[in-house]
Amino acid sequence: MKVIEISCLEVWREISNFLDGEVDPEMRARMEAHFKVCAHCTAILDGTKNVVKLVGDGVEYQMPEGFSKRLYDKIKDR
Amino acid sequence: MSTRTAKANFDTTESELIQRVCQGDKEAFYSLVQPCERGVFTAAMSILNNPADAEEVAQEAVLKAFSALPRFRGESKFSTWLIQITINEARLKVRKDRKHLYESVDEQKTDEQGDYFPKDYADWREIPSETLHRKELREALQRALNSLPTKYREVLILRDVQHLSIQETAQALDITEGSVKTRLLRARFQMRDALAPGIDGSWYSGKQEYEKVRPW
Repeated sequence: MKVIEISCLEVWREISNFLDGEVDPEMRARMEAHFKVCAHCTAILDGTKNVVKLVGDGVEYQMPEGFSKRLYDKIKDR
Repeated sequence: MSTRTAKANFDTTESELIQRVCQGDKEAFYSLVQPCERGVFTAAMSILNNPADAEEVAQEAVLKAFSALPRFRGESKFSTWLIQITINEARLKVRKDRKHLYESVDEQKTDEQGDYFPKDYADWREIPSETLHRKELREALQRALNSLPTKYREVLILRDVQHLSIQETAQALDITEGSVKTRLLRARFQMRDALAPGIDGSWYSGKQEYEKVRPW
């Protein structure tokens, strides 16, 4: 398959979808070919991938103490 | 609480629990809700950013779900439906409290125009998750998250923290899948812009692997 070239701007628009597996095979091939030759876009890809991992692993809102008990009581009193 | 948790045994399916709730079994409702508690609280936090408000909204949402359960058609997972109710309740609260004077709820419906240009940071290949125990990294993450407009933060939380699918996220937020994708891209880029300078040195320094590498 001949891979049609793609600009950096087009790559940025799709980088998040690329990470989520939400681009079609043709776009994926074009982006992969671009990453091979564009260090800048590769750095953005890696940085964005890191964000996804950091947010997934590191963001946690601490539930107030007694949250479950109070919720259970609300349901019971309903 | 652990006895009740144990009662929600894995053989009991969602639909069986729902049936029991509709026959008046409140314990069954708690069994249905209990696995979603954190998700409901987190969804409320993504909009309200205040634990007391988020708890109030979580309780409201759960009680609304209890009343509305006979009308739940099972077109989505119960958890997605509950999160959708929570998001609506949280938005109502924002509207009521008029806390966000500069960011109206109506603005949430508008779509993004133009391209976002990711900033030109150093290469950032390493996965620094092993440093997550570091308080400063957690705080930096929280600060970065708080700096996002609500419409980006809520998408990022549902997708990358709660791992809802794009379709589920769209459903929970009542926006199109296209909007989920666009907002997610913006949210991830803005998080990168907010975090990369720190990773690059300002709050994490002295380690060889985080030194600046500009490959272009």
